[in-house]
Order: sequence, then structure tokens, then C-alpha cells
Amino acid sequence: MNQDVMTACEWVMVCDATDIPENGGACVKVEDVQIAVFNFARRNEWYATQNLCPHKQQMVLSRGMIGSAGDNCEPKVACPFHKNTFSLQTGKCLSNDELEIKVYPIKVENGKVYVSLE
Amino acid sequence: MSEISTKNIVIVGNGMVGYKFCEKLLAKSNRFNLIVFGEEPRVAYDRVHLSEFFSGKTADDLSMADISWYSDNNITLHLGDPIKEINRETQTIYSSKGLIQSYDYLILATGSAPFVPNLPGIDKKGVFVYRTIEDLEAMSRHAEFAKKGVVMGGGLLGLEAAKALIDLGIEETHVIEFAPRLMPRQIDQNGSKLLQNKLKELGLQVHLNVNTSKILGDEEITGLQFADDTIMSLDMLVISAGIRPRDELAKQCGLEVGPRGGIVVNEFMQTSDEKVFAIGECALFDGMIYGLVAPGYEMADIVASHLCDIEKRFKGYDMSTKLKLIGVDVASFGDPFICEPDCKTIVLEDSNKGVYKRINMTTDGKHLLGGVLVGDAEAYNMLLQTVNNKIVLPPNPEDLILGVRGGAVAEGAGVISLPDDALICSCEAVTKGTICSAVIDQEITTIDGMKKCTKAGTGCGGCVPMVKDLINGTLKENGKYVKNVICEHFNFSRQELLDLIKINNIKNYDEVLDTFGKGDGCEVCKPAVASILASLWNDLILKQATIQDSNDRFLANIQKGGTYSVVPRIAGGEITPEKLIVIGEVAKEFGLYTKITGGQRIDMFGAHLNDLPLIWKRLTDAGFESGHAYGKSLRTVKSCVGSTWCRFGLHDSVSFAIEIENRYKGLRSPHKLKGGVSGCIRECAEAQSKDFGIIATEKGWNLYVCGNGGSKPQHAQLLAADIDSATCIKYLDRFLMFYIKTADPLTRTATWLNKMEGGMSYLKNVVVNDSLNVAEELEAEMELLIKNYKCEWLEVVENDEMKKKFSHFVNAPEVKDPTVSFEPLRDQVMATQW
Ligand code: SRM
Ligand SMILES: Cc1cc2nc3c(=O)[nH]c(=O)nc-3n(C[C@H](O)[C@H](O)[C@H](O)COP(=O)(O)OP(=O)(O)OC[C@H]3O[C@@H](n4cnc5c(N)ncnc54)[C@H](O)[C@@H]3O)c2cc1C
Ligand code: SF4
Ligand code: FES
Repeated sequence: MNQDVMTACEWVMVCDATDIPENGGACVKVEDVQIAVFNFARRNEWYATQNLCPHKQQMVLSRGMIGSAGDNCEPKVACPFHKNTFSLQTGKCLSNDELEIKVYPIKVENGKVYVSLE
Repeated sequence: MSEISTKNIVIVGNGMVGYKFCEKLLAKSNRFNLIVFGEEPRVAYDRVHLSEFFSGKTADDLSMADISWYSDNNITLHLGDPIKEINRETQTIYSSKGLIQSYDYLILATGSAPFVPNLPGIDKKGVFVYRTIEDLEAMSRHAEFAKKGVVMGGGLLGLEAAKALIDLGIEETHVIEFAPRLMPRQIDQNGSKLLQNKLKELGLQVHLNVNTSKILGDEEITGLQFADDTIMSLDMLVISAGIRPRDELAKQCGLEVGPRGGIVVNEFMQTSDEKVFAIGECALFDGMIYGLVAPGYEMADIVASHLCDIEKRFKGYDMSTKLKLIGVDVASFGDPFICEPDCKTIVLEDSNKGVYKRINMTTDGKHLLGGVLVGDAEAYNMLLQTVNNKIVLPPNPEDLILGVRGGAVAEGAGVISLPDDALICSCEAVTKGTICSAVIDQEITTIDGMKKCTKAGTGCGGCVPMVKDLINGTLKENGKYVKNVICEHFNFSRQELLDLIKINNIKNYDEVLDTFGKGDGCEVCKPAVASILASLWNDLILKQATIQDSNDRFLANIQKGGTYSVVPRIAGGEITPEKLIVIGEVAKEFGLYTKITGGQRIDMFGAHLNDLPLIWKRLTDAGFESGHAYGKSLRTVKSCVGSTWCRFGLHDSVSFAIEIENRYKGLRSPHKLKGGVSGCIRECAEAQSKDFGIIATEKGWNLYVCGNGGSKPQHAQLLAADIDSATCIKYLDRFLMFYIKTADPLTRTATWLNKMEGGMSYLKNVVVNDSLNVAEELEAEMELLIKNYKCEWLEVVENDEMKKKFSHFVNAPEVKDPTVSFEPLRDQVMATQW
């Protein structure tokens, strides 16, 4: 989450921080784009990715379980359908080299969640 | 862990247990400041193997850790500086060298001192005790000129000291004992007699019933005078007449001590002052001083856990022992002294070979209670495991001490057949599972490597042969054995984790992870723990929605396209016309595809996430409950029509199926559960392909368990025949709960049984004969779960906060997922294909 360097990006307020369950995700609608927002409360971190699972084109990633992989505790989300897992930091699929998802800058200020679509 | 202020923990005594406490605490937390004061001039050393000093080991060899270990771990260590005063009001201690140190918590690990009877002349030169390296150094200097040595005390330590005298080259060695037998705390009269003969062969003279009255000599000892006025001349005396806990500091500062010494502690090892703990041989728990190292280590772990807010209690400790070094095998385990009629005893006495063995069993002959072995203690470790793990005895228990005769092979014998959680090294609390996985995962194949890796065998060393067997056995199994840990975040099997969660009464995932796991969890351990929590407490699973698998999180099965299916419970497949109509109306209104399932009920497919609470409101209003089609839990109990209509029906299978389905509805388990009840042997309900199947007989019911459909079908096997309904339910309670508590995640009952050591006959023993003595507990646990059952959907429908979670967009709750699409299929719809 290196949004500090991305000073130029345009932030869109998407929901209240309390709308997103702790240690889980929910989907928000920004225009016609579906974005999965994750509140990794255990690590005090927030992530945003596309909601579409690229495996079978299903709009479900926000309903997946989050967690960590490996010794360096890479944050990840698992698709509910076939449990492909994706890094929340880089969007790389950890279980299938051919898949990747988009990750978005995200920040929380005064209880509001902002993402940037740039 | 946001603790900023570090607390001072002062440890008085740098013996085995004091050292172990530091090690255990460091492994759990680094937020404390540790300060250690030791009286002895050197760092903690292995007192248990003190005698090896005489066979060439140096003080360095014996030390528990290098001195640099302390500084590497930021421990302040003061050696040769005993504490002389404690002020509990100001929480400060004063050392002999004048240091003053304040503490937040004080740990007394002052050990014990040899008991020296108050005999005239006891302070003469040539009288020794046997406790420290300094004692041994002094003994060996004196031994150079001594020809005859005597040990006072025929206990475990006394015999060890006697062996030491022989090793020191003393020509004539005697042991005198006040009691009528040797090792009075460990072995019985007959065992003692045999041991005495054995010791004679080694050159050790034993004198029993001897009461010393005086020590003779001028400055230096020359002899002993006994109560009957006889005299024994000698050159050196080693006193080993028992130990006295070192409680002088505790007395000085007013802590409660026992009438015969020892610092009184509770099950957290807390003294009468909650800031002060006592561990090891100075602690008096429940009227008992534990003069062995393993219980001391356990105590160290209790306090370290307590300081890290992990609840662990000391519950007493097994005092089984095996004599080392003496050249004669001697061991006692469990309860060696219990006598008939409280038990059944088998004794083997072979004075020709010098072997005496005794085992005590429960009166029903099923379990081992304890015993004594002299002359041949090879079976010690296995017997101890048999006692501790409550392993059911073979039909001819005498084989345990006779060895197997006539080429027959004892079923399930050998360490490899022990359960994974069997404690192999009790000093360091290392289980079989830990040892075997070190062999497999870290390719450790030597005892030394194992010691480094797991610490097994580093305490008393008694388990080393068993560790060896385990290494070899595991290697033999050649990689076939894999420790089934849950995932990278938990180094436990499901069963281990369930026990841990239960014992520690933990109710939420994060706490489980913080206490027993590492990292941030994943899609494997979250639902596994969720299932364990549900099986233990049956709390509403949506309270921890984000650890549930996708179906459980929304209480519905997710389908292609991201819609959900709705399956209300239709117990036993019986449904009224009114309810059928409601299902029809609901399906019509929400545009759902309906189908009769293979489980005798109706599934409605294609529901939008947003519609689920609305649909369920309609269904619960009509009296429907969740069918748990989404959960790893009870699905259906299939029925055939039975005696109510069928001309062959023996009993009312529908009513019984409904009763059973309602009894176990909502029961969370390692995998889904299905049942069936057939009214006669024609078996129209296919009960024998279910996790549990019940078939009516002339006399009652036959109960079959562990069947499976699925990709690898398997028939259920008979558990009990011709039982009445109440017994059937009782056995089912036990069977299901036993499965829930011991199966790996996502293992159906059939697979669970296939992996079970002893298979169906073992399972039958547990469920029907209660061989593990857990039936009552299992039934009570099941009763609790049944009592806590609530329909999850009813709870959601009545709770606005929870209903809110069923929307596709949190920032636009009224909008359904626009990407969902259907295609027509006959007169209904189906999901668009991927
Ligand atoms: C709906 C139904 C098929 C039907 O239209 O009849 C069905 C549908 C599914 N079954 Fe089944 N099974 C259905 C009866 C069965 C039966 C027959 C029975 O219960 O008598 C079996 C074989 C019996 C058995 O389980 O031993 C069966 C064996 C399985 C298995 C294999 C289990 C195994 O041990 O190998 C799976 C896979 C799993 O659970 O991991 C499975 C998994 C599934 C899942 C949940 C797959 C999934 O994870 O999404 C399907 C859900 C579809 C959905 O979207 O709702 N289903 N499934 C049946 C629902 C019964 C009910 O009322 O609850
Ligand atoms: C020869 C021998 C053989 C043994 N064999 C076995 C065996 O086979 N199996 C087994 O389980 N157990 C055996 N034991 C017992 C085992 O060694 C003890 O149970 C264990 O050492 C107890 O540890 P502890 O830390 O409580 O006491 P200790 O190891 O005695 O440590 C206590 C330390 O505290 C120090 N101390 C006391 N007062 C103060 C003070 N005021 N200030 C600072 N320091 C202080 C003492 O000097 C000592 O160093 C054996 C013991 C001996 C002597
Ligand atoms: S058999 Fe396969 S396809 Fe058919 S319902 Fe069961 S899981 Fe789905
Ligand atoms: S659709 Fe996501 S893993 Fe298959």
C-alpha cells in the first residue's frame, strides 16, 4: 500500500469503514465498476481489488476469505469458488501463474473508505 | 501485544527448573525483563546426570546452556550471589553481595537440599551429601584414600550414589536403609528382595531395618554406631536420606509453607502472595513435593503460560521412574502398590534369571494401572504409555510381561502404534507426533539431532530407546507417515487443536490463532477452526462470518454466476401440502428453479444474495427451518415409509428418521453427515450408504455406521444389533461426538474409520463398551450442542444488522449484482454456463 507516493491519484469515497466486516471483505460499486474492499483488521491494513475472479469470470472475490501465505505473511484472498488465491498486495495469483487481478490504492480517513481507480 | 512497560521478573535459583522457566518464557514472550540470581558458582547444569561426572563428563558437558545464552537473550545473570532477604511489601530482594533488585513477579526456584539427619558427629570430615558438582568434587578427592564407603539411604538417589562410589574405585560399598525394603517409595517387598540379590552380584552390600545412632571418629569419620549398639567401620559416608525443600527465604518473608516444609502453591504455582511463584523441588502442591525434573519443568511451563495470559493448570504429575546407571533394571510406573481387591495383579517372579515383574490392572482387566519391574525393565516405556494413554489391554495381558510366546504377534504393539499425542518424553513434554514429524519434515534420523530439534531425551533420558524406535519406525514406514497438520498457520492436527481450544475454553478464531498459531490464517484453517468452534459451543456461526467457508458465510450454497440455493429442512422427507404450497409460492415470487434433491427434499436455485433474507422470512414464517445444505453438518436423514403404510414395515421408520434428524439438526462436524432409516431389510432408504444407517429388525433396530456414497462408495458396518430406540440414540450420540472430536478436517466418517487403528472393532469398543471411559462425557457434550441449537436463518431474519450483510454492494444495498444472468430451461431457468 504505497499510496503515499501516489499523490496525484483521485480518491473516491466508497463507504464507511464499518460497512466492511473485520478481517473480511465486501463489494462496493464505483460507477459501473465492482471493487472488492478488504478490512484486514488483524493487521490494521486495508486492500482493494477487482471483484471479478479471473478464473471463471465470477463476481465474487469480495466474498472470499482473507489470510496470509508464507513466512513473510503475504496478505491474500481466496476465491469462494475454486479457492484460487491472490496476493492482496500485488494482485498476483499465488495458485495459478496465468491469473492476475488488479489492485487499487485505498485509504481510510475519519471512518470513510477511499479508493482510487487511476 | 502493545505492552510498553516491560515488567521485571526475578528468578531466585538457577537450577534445572529455574533455567527451564527462562527458556519457556522466552519462547512465549520477549516483553519481560529477566533477572536471575543463583547461589551456585556456575550456570545451571543437568543434575539428573550428575553421576556422569564420575564417568568423565565435565561441568561444561553438563551445563544446560552456555553462559552466553543468557546475555544473548537479555537475561541478567548473577552467579554465586544467593538472595538473603525478600521484602514483599516493597517488592524488592536483597542479595548476599549487597545487590537490591525490585520485581513485578518473583519466581522462587530454590530447589531442595539433601536431608541430613541430626546425628551426633554428623559434621565430621568424610561425610558427604550428593547434590552439586562441588559435592562430587569433594567426594572424589576423599575417595582417593578411602577403602570402604557407605551410603545412608536405599532410595533412588542412594543407589545412584552407591554406584558412584563403586565407580570411584571404593573397594567395599554398603547401603544402609532404615525401611524394610529398598526404594521404599517405588517398589514392593518382593521386588526389593530381588534387587538386593542383584546388587550383591555387583558388589553392593545392602542392610535393611538399620537405625543409625551415632557417627564415630575424631575429626574424620571412622564408623557408624547403630541403635542396637553394633558398629560398622568405614572411611567415607554419603548421606542420601531424602530431600528437604529450600523454603528458608519463603519463611523469612512470611509466605505460607507446609508443616514439613515446602512453599505452598496453588495450581498456577502461585504462593500465598500472588506476585510470588514457586516451582521445582521447593514447591509444595497439594501436600506433595515433586522430587523429579519432569514435574518441575511442567511447573515452569505453567508459570510462563500464566504470565503470558495462557491458562494452564498444574494437575499433579506422574511419578513413574526408572533407575539409571546401577546396572540392574528397576522401574515402577503408574500406581505400583495398589492391591487386590481394588485391582487384578499379575506377578512374574523368576529368581533364577533375577527377574521380578508385577502389573496391576483394573478389575475388569481392560486397563493397566501400574506396576514394578526389576531385572528387566525393557517394557517400561510401553507399559507407561499403556497406563498414561489408557490403552485397552490385549486379551492376554500377561503377554505384556512375559513377552509374546509361540510366535504370536501382539496386535497394535510397539511405539509406532501409539496415538500421535502420546507423551514420549515427559521431561520436555514431547509427543510422538512431534518426533515423527521431525523425522519426516526435517529429516532428523539421529538421537542427537532429535535432541537438538525437539529436546526429546534431554531430561532424564529414559525415553531415548523409545525415541530411537520411533525414528526407525517412521523411517521404515518410509515417508508414508505424514503429520496431518491443518495448514501452515497451525502445527496441529484437527484433533489436537480441538482439544486445545476446548481445554482453554476459547471461543473465537483470532484468539485461537494468537494462542496456537502463527501468521494471519487462511482459507484452510479458518473454516476448520470455525467448524471446531461450532462443534464445541454451537454458537451462531454468523457472529464470526468472515472465517466461515463461502457457503456458511451466507448460509446458502453459492452457485455458478454467484447466486445461491435455498434448502429448507424437510425432516425425514415428510412434508405437508401446506408447506409444499409455500415453497411453490416462494419459488415463483423470487424466480427460483426448483428440484427434488437426492436427499428427499426440495432445493430452490438461483437466489440473489440480496433476496436470501426475504426468501427465508417467508419460509420461517411458514415454520420452515434451515436445512444446512451449505454446512459441514447434518444434512438429511432419509426415510422409507415404514410400518405406517408399507406391508413389510416392522417399525415406524419415518417417525424415527424425523426424531433423529431433528435431534442432530445444525450439528457442525468435520464433514457433512447423512443418515437413513429403513423399515425393514429391503432397505428402501439406502441406510447402509449413509454415515449412520438404521434398519428395523424383529427385535428392534440394527445400527450401521461409516457408510458413504460419493465418489468412493462404501457400505456402512454394523455397530450394534437389535437395540431399542433409546440405546440407538445413545450410541449415535457417542459415535457422532467421537467422530466430531477426532476426525481430520473434511473427512467423512467412512474415511475416518478407514484410517482408524483397530478399525471397526476399536470403534465398537469405544462406543458400545466404553473402552476409553468417555461415553458419559460424549453424551453430555452432545446434549449441550442439542440444547444450544437455534435455526440460523430465523436468527438472521429477526436481526436487521445481520440482514444488512446480505447485499451485493455495501454502498448500494438495493442494487442486485447486474452481472447475474439466467438462461431458460424447460419451464424454468438455469445459470448461464461458464
Ligand atoms: C442438490 C443435490 C443434488 C440433487 O439435486 O439432488 C446435491 C448437490 C450438491 N452436492 Fe451432493 N447433492 C445432493 C445429494 C447428494 C447425495 C445423495 C444423498 O444425500 O442421498 C450424495 C451421495 C451420498 C453421500 O454423500 O455419501 C452426494 C454427494 C456429494 C459429494 C461427495 C461426498 C463424498 O463423501 O464423496 C459432494 C462433494 C463434497 O461434499 O465435498 C457433494 C457436493 C454437493 C454440492 C454441495 C457441491 C458444491 O460444493 O457446491 C452440490 C450443491 C449444489 C448446489 O448448488 O446447491 N455431494 N450429494 C443433493 C442435495 C441433497 C439435499 O437435500 O441436501
Ligand atoms: C544425583 C541426582 C540424580 C537425580 N536423578 C534424577 C532422575 O533420574 N530423574 C529425575 O527426574 N530427577 C532426578 N534428580 C532430581 C532433579 O535433579 C531435580 O528434581 C531437579 O534438579 C530440580 O530442579 P530445581 O531447579 O527445582 O532444583 P535445583 O536443580 O536444585 O536448583 C535450585 C537452585 O537454586 C539455588 N538456590 C537455592 N536457594 C537460593 C537462594 N536463596 N538464592 C539463589 N539461589 C538459590 C540452588 O543453589 C540451586 O542451584 C536427581 C537429583 C540428583 C541430585
Ligand atoms: S453430483 Fe456433482 S454436479 Fe451433481 S449436484 Fe452433486 S456435486 Fe453437483
Ligand atoms: S471462479 Fe474463482 S477460483 Fe474459480
